[in-house]
Amino acid sequence: MAQYAILIFDDPTAGDYTPEQQEASKRYADDLVASGAMVTAFALHGADTATSLRSDLVTDGPFVDTKEVVAGFYVVEAADLDAALDLARANPAVAWGRGGLEVRPVGGSFTPAAR
Amino acid sequence: MSTVPGGSAPAVGGPDDDARAAVDRAHRDDWATVLATTVRTARDLDLAEECVQEAYAAALDSWPRDGVPRNPAAWLTTVARRRALDAIRREQAFRVRMPLLVEAPDSVDPHDPAELATAEPDGLADVGAPDDLLRLVFLCCHPALAQEAQLALTLRLVCGLATPDVARTLLVSETTMAARITRAKKKIATARIPFRTPRTADLPERLPAVLGVVHLLFTAGHTAPSGPTLVRGDVAERALGLARRLHRLMPDEPEVGGLLALALATDARRATRVDDAGRLVRLEDQDRSRWDRAALAEADALVVAALRSGRAGRYTLQAAIASLYAGAPTYAETDWPQLVTLYDRLLELWPSPVVALNRAVPLAEVRGPAVALAEVEALALDPQLERYPYLPAVRADLLRRLDRPDDAAAAYREALALTANEAERTFLAERLSQCEPTRRN
Repeated sequence: MAQYAILIFDDPTAGDYTPEQQEASKRYADDLVASGAMVTAFALHGADTATSLRSDLVTDGPFVDTKEVVAGFYVVEAADLDAALDLARANPAVAWGRGGLEVRPVGGSFTPAAR
Repeated sequence: MSTVPGGSAPAVGGPDDDARAAVDRAHRDDWATVLATTVRTARDLDLAEECVQEAYAAALDSWPRDGVPRNPAAWLTTVARRRALDAIRREQAFRVRMPLLVEAPDSVDPHDPAELATAEPDGLADVGAPDDLLRLVFLCCHPALAQEAQLALTLRLVCGLATPDVARTLLVSETTMAARITRAKKKIATARIPFRTPRTADLPERLPAVLGVVHLLFTAGHTAPSGPTLVRGDVAERALGLARRLHRLMPDEPEVGGLLALALATDARRATRVDDAGRLVRLEDQDRSRWDRAALAEADALVVAALRSGRAGRYTLQAAIASLYAGAPTYAETDWPQLVTLYDRLLELWPSPVVALNRAVPLAEVRGPAVALAEVEALALDPQLERYPYLPAVRADLLRRLDRPDDAAAAYREALALTANEAERTFLAERLSQCEPTRRN
């Protein structure tokens, strides 16, 4: 088994998710947790709340100026890339036409022990 | 092309030469299956390649002395797998490895010493299992790899070409090619692209990449994108061989049959596409008596079978078009209306401006050059065809037939500026000179 990070790219000008879309996303996440594939997941606030650092220059906005921005990411456990792509493909957001997903193998991870 | 290490045959015949010839033959016919099966043991592409190369070198050494084995592929596979197991045993303790290839469950886990102790390649049956070869093809053509990487890997791993030969075939420098292959292998290992045949349900999604690679390879051989000759026969033959192999492995996929038919029907005309001086000969001027009738008949049968399946795709329809063009007793007797119909079906399935442009040729015969010209001029607005040399070439020919030599000459010049293949350039220049003398100044 290996871990894959799935980065969610979304077009913020498309507005908020509808209640149905939110519900579908939640169901998808619940399924991943129930199957044991979900390792961790984070949703991020909008890119208009992002601040970027280049050398010592602080600027407003996301690091890369693109239509689609990273809206969140999660890490799943999968046997191989095909299995990871299957898990990603099941994400209902793929079909909403406002962005997409990037699947990247995790090279390593670190979580400090709880004190 | 260099095939086997040290494999240059001496001029005189003898048992040594027979053995060398057998090694060469085994390289051409069995490389892919030997490698594919060794990959399953080695679980590492580089290690597998290394071991297979060593096995062929060992054959060069041993076959002249001990005779050619009854089953050369099995002999080579056994040697290669034994070397892979030895290497794993030897290096297991300290070698920093790339992640292992993810793979079918029936393989030896080289990281499990208990399994390694008992694993002997002679005991691992199914040498050259067709499944292994398919796994290798689908691995090389995985959609997670860029198409240029898919092409390179297929030539390197499935066709067994050395990296310099892959570079020459795909017209890039050796350093670029070496880097491209290394990067692709690294992605396969790191992202864990599995060494596995896709599930039947995934075939519709996975097969087009495989067919696309073979088709692109064939096209590159059929009309070299640049360079002195129109056709690079060795490249076209590799692609044809691959298509044939895939058809044997997946006889029930109509598009695989369609692709093989397309390659056969196109390749059947190879000898007549250029004259003795290497100049391009147009389809209507080609000597039909020199076409490979057996290949055309085989293509025809494949087209009929694929069409009958009811799942004909773009390759089948392209093959049907090529087959119809080739089947007419003379160019003038070509079934133009049927060709337009086939192009219409192809366009529905594959709405490509290139297909629409090719349709203009039979359309000019059915409805006249003026109608065809109007369609071609509309296509000229498509940005996809902006630098496509065949568009001004087709337009030039239609203008010439409409007795507009000045406009035709301008279009021929436009086509010349976009064409890098010398044989095609000569043809266009000749056409241009035929338009120019009639110009009224």
